[in-house]
Amino acid sequence: METLRYELHASRPAGGTRKIAIVGVVASGNLEVLLERSGAADRCVIEIATAARGFADLWAAVTADFVERRAAGGLIITINDGGARPDTVALRLAQGVRVIEESEA
Amino acid sequence: MRDWNSKRRGREERIEAGGRFSTGKVVKADSLTEFLEAVIRPGDRVCLEGDNQKQADVIAKALAAADPTQLHDLHMVQSGVVLPEHLDVFESGIARRLDFSYSGPQSARIARMLFGGQIELGAVHTYLELFARYFIDLTPNVALIAAVSADREGNLYTGPNTEDTPTVVEATTFGNGLVVAQVGEIVDKVPRVDIPADQVHFVVDAKKPFYVEPLFTRDPAAITETQILTAMMAIKGLYEPYGIRRLNHGIGFNTAAIELLLPTYAEKLGLKGKVCTHWALNPHPTLIPAIEAGWVEQVHCFGSEVGMEDYLRARPDIFFTGPDGSLRSNRAFCQTAGLYACDMFIGSTLQIDLAGHSSTVTANRIAGFGGAPNMGSDARGRRHPSEPWLRAGREADPDTAGPLRRGRKLVVQIGETFGDGNTPMFVERLSALDLAEKLDLDLAPVMVYSDDVSHIVTEEGIANLLLCRDKDEREQAIRGVAGYTEIGRGRDKAMVERLRERKVIQRPEDLGIDPLDADRSLLAAHSIKDLMRASGGLYRPPSRFRNW
Amino acid sequence: MIANHHHSWYEASARARLDALLDHASFTEFLGPERREVSPHLPIFDLPRQFDDGIVVGAGQIDGRPVLVAAQEGRFMGGAFGEVHGAKLTGLLRAATAMRRDVVIAFDTGGVRLQEANAGEVAIAEIMRAIMDVRLAGAQVVGLIGGRAGCYGGGSLIAGCCSALVISEQGRLSVSGPEVIETNRGAEEFDSRDRALVWRTMGGKHRYLIGGVDLFVDDDAAAFRSGALAALDRPARFDTAMLAAEQARLEKRLTRFGDAFDGTDLWSRLGVADAAEVPDLDTQPFLYIATGTREASDDAR
Repeated sequence: METLRYELHASRPAGGTRKIAIVGVVASGNLEVLLERSGAADRCVIEIATAARGFADLWAAVTADFVERRAAGGLIITINDGGARPDTVALRLAQGVRVIEESEA
Repeated sequence: MRDWNSKRRGREERIEAGGRFSTGKVVKADSLTEFLEAVIRPGDRVCLEGDNQKQADVIAKALAAADPTQLHDLHMVQSGVVLPEHLDVFESGIARRLDFSYSGPQSARIARMLFGGQIELGAVHTYLELFARYFIDLTPNVALIAAVSADREGNLYTGPNTEDTPTVVEATTFGNGLVVAQVGEIVDKVPRVDIPADQVHFVVDAKKPFYVEPLFTRDPAAITETQILTAMMAIKGLYEPYGIRRLNHGIGFNTAAIELLLPTYAEKLGLKGKVCTHWALNPHPTLIPAIEAGWVEQVHCFGSEVGMEDYLRARPDIFFTGPDGSLRSNRAFCQTAGLYACDMFIGSTLQIDLAGHSSTVTANRIAGFGGAPNMGSDARGRRHPSEPWLRAGREADPDTAGPLRRGRKLVVQIGETFGDGNTPMFVERLSALDLAEKLDLDLAPVMVYSDDVSHIVTEEGIANLLLCRDKDEREQAIRGVAGYTEIGRGRDKAMVERLRERKVIQRPEDLGIDPLDADRSLLAAHSIKDLMRASGGLYRPPSRFRNW
Repeated sequence: MIANHHHSWYEASARARLDALLDHASFTEFLGPERREVSPHLPIFDLPRQFDDGIVVGAGQIDGRPVLVAAQEGRFMGGAFGEVHGAKLTGLLRAATAMRRDVVIAFDTGGVRLQEANAGEVAIAEIMRAIMDVRLAGAQVVGLIGGRAGCYGGGSLIAGCCSALVISEQGRLSVSGPEVIETNRGAEEFDSRDRALVWRTMGGKHRYLIGGVDLFVDDDAAAFRSGALAALDRPARFDTAMLAAEQARLEKRLTRFGDAFDGTDLWSRLGVADAAEVPDLDTQPFLYIATGTREASDDAR
């Protein structure tokens, strides 16, 4: 397994008050994304565990675009990857932000 | 004095030779191989059906069992290289030369045999092209065809899977060749006469139906969110603005998603009756919900699809059916329809390069062309106008005066930026070029050429190549929808932004689509069972698709 | 969840199933993903882990009724039992005994993970024992079967210990899977690619007709919720008399159907008029013919 970690400047803080959110499933071509609130509103930390080695620059590109496009500040995002494609990764990250911004109950 | 009757005399001699192994037209059950050795001559051009779907499998097995000292150096001309026996005959020396169109199931083995010099390749054709050559320089001496049933005179019923048979028989029988038909049963009266008896010389009673595979069934359960996103973009960004009524869908999950989005997403856009009314299409089960919801006026089919027979029978207003009620398909006419009577082709591919050439060839597999290059090409012989065709023509060539400016057919390549096994769809160099070198071919096997491709749709956006003014714009438009592939990441960001301003590239947001809204709840059917229900129980899915 | 909209149980994730099953905002997860109780074994095989190890457990309410719940994620490792996955279910059941609380388990499992075979097998045994303790304490354990992975291997043994089982048409329940049978007995005996045969042999309708499950519902989350409630409402018996009756019933079943060669054969013997038609029937017509013909379970569970 390869582990990667990105500490990124976030353009906007994540909204809502939910403490955690989880989206996705670890299966072939899919991934699990756990979002937790922590840290400065202008930082976003993304950690990835993946069995598909050698794709660090792809992950770097996808995560960089993500923090620019979505409100991801103040989040620690941990990913278990089952070999998902970049567009699936981007989708799950966006879905995760949408869930954590949902109002509780 | 020249003999002007050699072909006809030759046919009579073959009929007499075959007569030793038959009673009237019916070949004796256990003498099929000897019969074939008697009626086929070494060096003959033989068409063994060989269609996209149905196979004359009993004849194929008997031919493969022939004695190569009796039958050798045959020139096989057939649409599809599908059964193992189709290649076994080359291994044993029964056949030497091949002209064909499609080899999907045998793509790996045929590549090995071509590299190994066991097959002398005439050429790889499209279906329509091969049919055309049947009438010029590839006329078969012997046609070995597949039919559902025959009566005692030899009238044939080819049924829903009529496919290539009328074309093959027309060329062979009127070119004074011999026609031998494999049938599932001999009956007193055929349901309808697809091939008249005086065009058929021998009949083989196989006592079971011919081999046929379901190739056009896509399980809605397997459709992904990304495929739904590309489908939404195609509908909003192409079908709606161009007003596409007449079209052909290449088979694939992206187009299956489009079909399943018509009664839902496209309905909400108010497009019913305005798009997708007339089709050149095999009977895709995924089109059932749209048909039931009243979207479709008429469909002509290249072939049939296993499990759809009763549904087709119950919808004669939509499909072409005979007086017996069953479907009549015809590949040659449907290909012609796709070429000249449709305003759009949309389908998937494996590789696209920076010019926009598209190919499904990989280094070790040769699947041939099938019908795609005809569906996916701009027919320069077309003369009748339509709104979409004229509009695309304007976009492609704004400078020429209207009355001298032909329109353009929309030829759309749709797919995810990363395909199966996470291999990128966008490449610097097509594998087709490597194959051409390896086999010393004049032409690399390109499915759709860049000057035919009008649009590319990926999850990142739609590239309108008609609006590109030069090679550089074209390249950047392609890079601009190539996502996170190496090709995509190599884009000139500033230029891509400028192209976006000109709507040469449109992103989902530009079309008012949020990728997060692309979810499976939009599909009109979520499973094969849903399709069956939508058909009122008329669609009978083959066992492999069941989960009940 | 959208109310009047058909929501497939088969397609839903484990979390979505619990969301549909339980009253709104009533769910508290135990050992949630943020606790990161992951498998200690999978990294040895270079396999990715899931934060909840493929099973979601916790407490909630169904129609105001307090329950403990578990839902397996069939898409992670085929929903198979591993060390942590199994321990979570064992712990949940032990809590149920202590609290005398009913349990609902949404099965979606191929059995035990090959990579964690020993721990998985031990877990199966511990879970079966824990279910006995729950039932002896007077509470119920209801199983829901309708996911992609079915309920196979050790999962089916656990299901066999439950107070009641609810199944949909798509659900499958069997110890051995189709491919295993084919590998061991040959394709002539069992062609695993003949999916219609698979469902006639281990699918929801067959299990309902033969009395192997108690309730048959649509592939719909709301239907499973109703089914779970109906199962929980049934009287909960668990004593030696009941076990003896179950033993007798199973012996009789073997005598009566042991030489049947296909599900349709067995259904005909049950008195179903047109057995071949059964797989294509919609839920209501199927329940109608099943009512008069299915093998009753005589509260023997």
